[in-house]
Amino acid sequence: MKSYGIYELNYAICEFKHEISVAIVRRKFDAVIVGAGGAGMRAALQLSEAGLKVAVLSKVFPTRSHTVAAQGGIAAALGNVTEDNWHWHMYDTVKGSDYLGDQDAIEFMCRQASEVVYELEHYGMPFDRLENGKIYQRPFGGQSQNFGGAQATRSCAAADRTGHAMLHTLYQRNVQANTQFFVEWMALDLIRDEEGDVCGVTALDIETGEVMALQARATLFATGGGARIFSASTNAFINTGDGLAMSARAGVPLEDMEFWQFHPTGVYGVGVLISEAVRGEGGYLLNKDGERFMERYAPNAKDLASRDVVSRALTTELKEGRGCGRDADYLLLKLDHLGADVIKTRLPGIREIAIKFAHADPIHDPIPVVPTAHYMMGGIPTNFYGQVVAPYKTGPEEVVQGFYAVGECACVSVHGGNRLGTNSLLDILVFGRAAGNRMIEDLKKNRHHKHLPADASDKALARLSRLNDQKDGESVAQVGDLLRKTMQTHCGVFRFPDMLKQGVEKIGEVAERAMRTEIKDKSRVFNTARVEALELENLVEVAVATMVSAEARTESRGAHARDDFPNRDDDRWLKHTLYFREGQRLDYKPVRLKPLTVESFPPKARTY
Amino acid sequence: MKKLERARWRCRRGLLELDIVLQRFMDEYYAKLDEAELGQFETLLDLPDNDLWDMITLKETGNGNLQPVLRLLQKV
Repeated sequence: MKSYGIYELNYAICEFKHEISVAIVRRKFDAVIVGAGGAGMRAALQLSEAGLKVAVLSKVFPTRSHTVAAQGGIAAALGNVTEDNWHWHMYDTVKGSDYLGDQDAIEFMCRQASEVVYELEHYGMPFDRLENGKIYQRPFGGQSQNFGGAQATRSCAAADRTGHAMLHTLYQRNVQANTQFFVEWMALDLIRDEEGDVCGVTALDIETGEVMALQARATLFATGGGARIFSASTNAFINTGDGLAMSARAGVPLEDMEFWQFHPTGVYGVGVLISEAVRGEGGYLLNKDGERFMERYAPNAKDLASRDVVSRALTTELKEGRGCGRDADYLLLKLDHLGADVIKTRLPGIREIAIKFAHADPIHDPIPVVPTAHYMMGGIPTNFYGQVVAPYKTGPEEVVQGFYAVGECACVSVHGGNRLGTNSLLDILVFGRAAGNRMIEDLKKNRHHKHLPADASDKALARLSRLNDQKDGESVAQVGDLLRKTMQTHCGVFRFPDMLKQGVEKIGEVAERAMRTEIKDKSRVFNTARVEALELENLVEVAVATMVSAEARTESRGAHARDDFPNRDDDRWLKHTLYFREGQRLDYKPVRLKPLTVESFPPKARTY
Repeated sequence: MKKLERARWRCRRGLLELDIVLQRFMDEYYAKLDEAELGQFETLLDLPDNDLWDMITLKETGNGNLQPVLRLLQKV
């Protein structure tokens, strides 16, 4: 079969519209996984070890996925340091989610936590140890004993490099299991047939510029988050929400997209995270008047209050004109009173980051910080088997055959309105494995590949073709900047009704401009300008879904804080948002309040 | 072919800290590197994220042969 490049394809689109799909090279796998972070590699391992032929696509080398940035650890009620059990962990997670989490999925995750941690240990993960040889555990915010009692000690870590150690462990194991990695490949679009079943993806080999259809009996998205839609973001540049955008374009709804966690202390201007450890050691926040303002917002916990509380306090200070600097647009994190010794011995990494990115040595000077987008709770709707579910024919949660999603791009939903620290690494292990197992079962039933529709890759090719032919178009960098500024201004920590309304219009204009981007480099081989233009199209999908969903939810819950509706409203809003790209339509589905075996945790006020 | 684009893409990392430092390096120094330094830079890009970051923030001195480029990365 002949392989056509993009140039030839453009020509072919004009001349032989019907022959294009057959012109694209196709490769067949049992399963295709998009994304090689912790979630994708955990699922891939399950499949490869079962002897299936698995392809994993990744824009960058697998061990450079964003999982590498996770420091806190993995939550599991092992009880190695203090008494613990999964049911307490489940309570903390339901409460942390502000009752928007699905309690069946949360029970499923917390019950399996110990098992997936021991499994990882068995794979060679270098966990920190106690003297008795058991896995060391440390306390983390939001973890309690006895359903809201004393602090629990639940986080399993490998120094402050847990994500890094996990990625390397899973990668090595996958190599041994013969998982096939397609490195520096970008998936472009999902392939669905006329029945709506998913049959694979169309993907771009960045190296050669070749477009290929990867046909699979099961397709899993594990593409991570998309917090690059905000100007102030802790996410790496690769986090452009590709899987979410591909799903939306293929008619799959996106769930709870209004819920984004903002970390209170990202370095002003760059976003790099300053960990909670600084405030844990006694650092505190100041406004331009030198006031320790957290005392007003959280008299007891002060600077150690939960992430959403501190982020909202910072935003209020900025809004009321008490920010620092010429534009009054940041606040200060003071550490110098801790002394040079404490800073050098306990916070050396933080000091390096402050010097490098804020040009401030915290031994003498405070660090300029702002609330910074960190994690998306929403995503592609799935059940706890990792199967993508959507309302199509009869019910609100029908399985989309052949399609699975796990990790930050998925909404299962265990984090609901707000994620607890250390629950995301647990999420990717539990549901990565669960999705792998489910795919193995489903593949036993579906022994043959479904017929690939003739127009399988047409939409992806049309987008490439549009980009190549665009004349007098927009700059990718400029439209990207405008998108991020619009999201930051109109849909940040605090949400105001008039700003959201304008935001929906403005982000619509950004979306239109993103459809007219032009690239100067039209070559095939290693065209990063093309990749970045495609990433921008993906960011647009994520941004529009976020703005539209946020504008509609007239309550405050978890990370979604409305100025005009400051309280949670369980009568009207104890439900998940579903955003459909077509017509920007919204629908809703109930929260799954019934766990698998235990009693439900009914909603009550969330206080810490 | 497309050496610059390849290098730019391999500066896409899992850690935002590295994304930013490497982007600054590409903008300020990449075009001025000689052949030997280009080789050093590629060797550094092949390192795992945390190892590279430790070398940039002086926690690890690493291989002496890489010092010239490493010093530039420490400056940006």
